[in-house]
Amino acid sequence: MSDISDRVKKIVVEHLSVEEDKVKENASFIDDLGADSLDTVELVMAFEEEFGIEIPDDAAETIQTFGDAVKFITEAA
Amino acid sequence: MKGKRGLIMGLANDKSIAWGIAKALAAEGAELALTYQGDAFRKRVVPLADELGVTQMADCDVTDPASIDAVFNQLEEAWGGLDFYVHAIGFSDKSELRGRYVDTSPENFRMSMDISVYSFTACCQRAEKLMKNGGSCLTLTYLGAERVMPHYNVMGVAKAALEASVRYLAEDLGKDGVRVNAISAGPIKTLAASGIGDFRYILKWNEYNSPLRRTVTIDEVGQSALYLLSDMGRAVTGEVHHVDSGYHAVGMKAVDAPDMSPPSKAKEGGA
Repeated sequence: MSDISDRVKKIVVEHLSVEEDKVKENASFIDDLGADSLDTVELVMAFEEEFGIEIPDDAAETIQTFGDAVKFITEAA
Repeated sequence: MKGKRGLIMGLANDKSIAWGIAKALAAEGAELALTYQGDAFRKRVVPLADELGVTQMADCDVTDPASIDAVFNQLEEAWGGLDFYVHAIGFSDKSELRGRYVDTSPENFRMSMDISVYSFTACCQRAEKLMKNGGSCLTLTYLGAERVMPHYNVMGVAKAALEASVRYLAEDLGKDGVRVNAISAGPIKTLAASGIGDFRYILKWNEYNSPLRRTVTIDEVGQSALYLLSDMGRAVTGEVHHVDSGYHAVGMKAVDAPDMSPPSKAKEGGA
């Protein structure tokens, strides 16, 4: 879990150019971390690549926060 | 490509086919201009432009003739001419890139045709005037133009029109030494492709069933684009060139390919 969390955090920090301490459990990519709609698609693509998983469109739409991403990936990986 | 100058439209990020093409051209010494649409794309394109030392950048909305004019005017002022033009633009409402083609709305049909088809003709009109010593125009298409592909729907119809326009443009511009071609690339996971339903299934299917038993990369499309845009392809025009691991030649599932269903089908209780 913590390993996945760290790897997800690294992707988010790099992609959105945000401070690591801002990437909190309930931080919303769009509302708190400044992502636009293209960023959210790119993040999902980056998660898929990093973890070798598939995130279907309907699941991708439910991934709104850092915590959502970690939870989905933990269950899928 | 040293001493050659060209415009690339439709670069979105480092997964874009246009990025593969831009890298291949820059590596051979071509000087590039890039356009983007709006701030969301500008912030993605600027770092990539810097990486290749691109000097000419412009915001362009291809549905606005004045916006297209501004780009070509900028290039005429800066360069005085143009040697090649790459069109990597297509758009359709994502909600209609799944389900049935027959349900396409008139609004989305018109928008898809305008952005994905007419924009190439509109830009070739302007490019022709700048290509005083001849030139090469290239657009991107997909096998869904020739045959039915799941979920590709109105984009398949638009790509068929785009391929037909490549042939008519090749005839019109040929007398001036301007060539017009298309690359029909195999499926690649780009930002645009993320809008297509069951895209991973389509990727896997191509990997299992193409003669080369693999998908293609943006760099491989870039190498083929280099051939068509450079003097290596100087006798080629009106052509739709498949860069798809040979998938277009195949008529049936390979005997060694595993049986598979898309996740959407599996969810409904299918095989």
